[in-house]
Amino acid sequence: MAAALHERVLARWSSAAREAVIAHGTLVLVVDPEVLVEVVGSLKREFGFDMLLDVTAVDWPGREPRFDVVYHFYTTREFVRVRIKTQVPESAPVVGSLLPLYNAAGIAERECHDMYGIEFRGNPDLRPILLYEGFVGHPLRKDYPKQLEQPLIPYRK
Amino acid sequence: MSTPLPNPIRPAFGPDERAGTTVVSIGPSHPATHGTVQIVAELSGERILRADVHCGYLHRGFEKECESHTWHNLIPYVDRLNYCSALINDFAYCDAVERLMGIEITPRCRYLRTLLAEYSRIADHLTCTAATLMELGAMTAFLYLVMLRDYIYEHLADLTGARVTYSFGRIGGLARDLPAGWLERLEQILREYEVFVGRVHGLVDRNRIFIDRMRDVGVLCSAEAIDWGYTGPVLRSTGVPRDLRKDTPYLAYADLEFAVPVGIKGDNYDRYFVRMREMDESVHMIRQLVERLPPGPISVDDRRCTLPDKHLVYTEIESLISHFKLISEGPQVPAGEIYSAHEGANGELGFYIVSTGDCMPYKLHVRAPSFVHIGGIHRLLEGYQLADLVPTFGSINMIGGECDR
Repeated sequence: MAAALHERVLARWSSAAREAVIAHGTLVLVVDPEVLVEVVGSLKREFGFDMLLDVTAVDWPGREPRFDVVYHFYTTREFVRVRIKTQVPESAPVVGSLLPLYNAAGIAERECHDMYGIEFRGNPDLRPILLYEGFVGHPLRKDYPKQLEQPLIPYRK
Repeated sequence: MSTPLPNPIRPAFGPDERAGTTVVSIGPSHPATHGTVQIVAELSGERILRADVHCGYLHRGFEKECESHTWHNLIPYVDRLNYCSALINDFAYCDAVERLMGIEITPRCRYLRTLLAEYSRIADHLTCTAATLMELGAMTAFLYLVMLRDYIYEHLADLTGARVTYSFGRIGGLARDLPAGWLERLEQILREYEVFVGRVHGLVDRNRIFIDRMRDVGVLCSAEAIDWGYTGPVLRSTGVPRDLRKDTPYLAYADLEFAVPVGIKGDNYDRYFVRMREMDESVHMIRQLVERLPPGPISVDDRRCTLPDKHLVYTEIESLISHFKLISEGPQVPAGEIYSAHEGANGELGFYIVSTGDCMPYKLHVRAPSFVHIGGIHRLLEGYQLADLVPTFGSINMIGGECDR
């Protein structure tokens, strides 16, 4: 069942994708940020991917563009997962928000914005969620030192 | 008085935007919030008009820390995600790494992992149900359920050496096999379970106070649940029979007979009942697993991940070197990326792992059900009484460890 659905998605979108592979049973599509929202909209409407599972990013310092933004989708009718990746540069880490398509995108994009500084255009609420107001930097970027502390309240001597 | 302390959050709405409403802040340290979560609520009288939920008070940089430890050293960390059912996290993580390495675990390990995962699910659901009942004043039911949970904790301590965070999974197997007499004690506990869960059913199922507090409170419809990313018992309580154990079977679930209980309207009562029924199904699964538990080794014979026997380490040079390399560098995982999900006690627990072929993950991300649920929990609170916040929040079973990571 998974294979048939993968084939149908590939037939529709492999021409628009930079890369399309099946890895460990999951279809992976790498698309340009400009077409991301269109591809995801089609996945939801035409192929029944009704659940957005997860949004995250991967930092590849030294690569241009630097960040992969990674989405996972699931269909509750056919039990198939698909991973969509898009690449954005450090100078303008901007992708369109998926909030109009999935409400689950709200909190996931907030976390990704916290951790990697990705801007999700169209998401009105990118306040810190796991971090706090005033936190400087994005801790999951590879150039953020693991030991760097930013206490809100000075430590007791 | 010195300058006020900085506020770690910026609420979505202020106190005096609309006339006649009051804004209260509940948490992050409040007896009804279990973990550390802060709910800013706008009230009209005692009715919640808007809720703005903030988590993150337990954020400890789990994903950052994972990038600088060997694959095996992460097992104690993943234990601390959902600390009510730590073994499920262990096995989900090990499964993801094993799939990347192309390792097939042994039949006995497969069955034991399934058994322990279901046992943990019972402990998790007991915790959630007991806490919800206690907050509604059902102290006897709470004590019955927590007593059962403690039997399970002590019993797991006999196996693993720890009560809560077990570090029992290993890439390619398990830490050790069952001690003598463990399965006999398991059956005794399951019998106790039946007696005391039966009593809890008798105490609360048709109890007027309980029904008034739970029925038609915190209602969620199926379409909305899917849209907000709800999985696990919360999604099933809305009537959607989606369960990864059934839909995409992993471990030994394909060999087992079990039902997927669903609710009828997705309210607090349904979430309570779905969890109670799921525990019964877990007991049913455990009995099948005990009956069919295959003999044989518990770890794969693969020097990429499994430590050699101690007597071999002392007697032959290859095993000594292999032991040394596995301790100092750990397993090497081939380059690649994977998203692997198990049915955790609260919903889909997914590990997204990127490896560059190194002895540490390049990136590890956890799709934690509690975090996704917090994203939509305001929908369950708005429109209900302030006092309903307590059972509704309890029925979601938000676990700070996996939510805030």
